[in-house]
Amino acid sequence: MSGSHNLSRRDFTKAVMTFVGAVMGAVVGIPVAGYLVSPAVKAQKTDAWVTIGPLDDYTAGQPALFSFTRAKVNGWEKTVNSYGVYVVRAEGDAVKVLSNACTHLGCRVTWQQDQNAYTCPCHDARFGRDGEVLSGPPPRALDGYETRVENGTLSIRLLE
Amino acid sequence: MTNKKVFNWLDERLGLTAIYKTIFERKIPKVNWWFTLGSATLFLFALQVVTGIMLSVYYVPSPDKAYDSIEFIMSGVAFGWLIRGIHHWGATLMVITVFIHMLRVFFYGAYKYPREITWVTGVFLLLATLGMGFTGYLLPWNQKAYWATTVGTSIAGTVPGIGDFILRALRGGDDLSGVTLARFFAAHIWIFPLLIIILIGVHLYLVIRIGISAVPGKND
Ligand code: HEM
Ligand code: FES
Repeated sequence: MSGSHNLSRRDFTKAVMTFVGAVMGAVVGIPVAGYLVSPAVKAQKTDAWVTIGPLDDYTAGQPALFSFTRAKVNGWEKTVNSYGVYVVRAEGDAVKVLSNACTHLGCRVTWQQDQNAYTCPCHDARFGRDGEVLSGPPPRALDGYETRVENGTLSIRLLE
Repeated sequence: MTNKKVFNWLDERLGLTAIYKTIFERKIPKVNWWFTLGSATLFLFALQVVTGIMLSVYYVPSPDKAYDSIEFIMSGVAFGWLIRGIHHWGATLMVITVFIHMLRVFFYGAYKYPREITWVTGVFLLLATLGMGFTGYLLPWNQKAYWATTVGTSIAGTVPGIGDFILRALRGGDDLSGVTLARFFAAHIWIFPLLIIILIGVHLYLVIRIGISAVPGKND
């Protein structure tokens, strides 16, 4: 072939077949790749305001647990997740809402009024009323939620 | 030049060139476009295998999830509609190409000596292809699938004497149920494809070994 501008019939066929084959491979291959990785690139973010209820149901200085569930559709499956949050009311409308998931490895903490702390059953972590770490392995304070009070009703922003 | 050395080393041991020549450089008579239908069917089968494996990534063969899993494929997965569409239309097209391929073999008398066994394996390939269509049709588990299979299995149940037995064997019980769905799924992704792959192997071995028949002339 070198130096010649004449393409033999065989080489021409070869080139056409290679090209057609590559196009067909791409037409099938690219969708297949997209199809397989699809769940990995699809964001499954939640960003919703969850109503907790009238702020006046909560006593200042006494953290109270509020539980709720949310349904999540994952593929062909609907799963119901339960959440627990502590509503920590201060004076007036000032309020903090903390997740009850321990920041160490995710066990659920419980408020102990007599100890004035949240305690974690898993590795004995203790958190203060506003979520700060008192003792134990957790790397950071309990996670707080963005809050909103409208007409006396408290809502939190669930972002995950 | 090391590429060539490696290839030669392998070729000497594996006989790659011989295999290539046997398959792609075998002698064929002057033929026409009707002779491409076997290859077209082979290509469609390969496409069905690829798209079918892809569908099985998200499909769930259970009565309470099958329908939802297909909905998810159609609207929740990138290119899911395309993969399912190719599998759906490929199935129809494959039945058509197999059938016309058989007709061309028939009208050209290509089933005669020494190609009888090629023909017989072909008959089973046709049946297995239809079996793929029949079992695949139930898998979406929608109304059409459910009733088509109810009717289809009932027809099989009209065989005299053993009809009732056939009906229950197909359905895995007296009625269409999750058991039916599971066995149709197994037939669709394991039993029929395996059968087809083995039959294609024999079929093509014979096509290559015996060679292709020529278009019959006036005096044939
Ligand atoms: C999955 C289905 C099938 C595949 C993949 C397939 C594939 C092929 C291929 C690639 C050839 C080479 C020549 C040509 O393409 O015309 C061939 C030849 C042949 N096929 Fe099939 N085939 C299938 C089904 C059938 C059926 C249903 C029959 C008949 C009942 C049949 C009977 C034959 C015969 C007798 C030949 C030899 C023809 C000759 O030598 O001229 N095949 N097949
Ligand atoms: S998970 Fe709470 S202390 Fe380890």
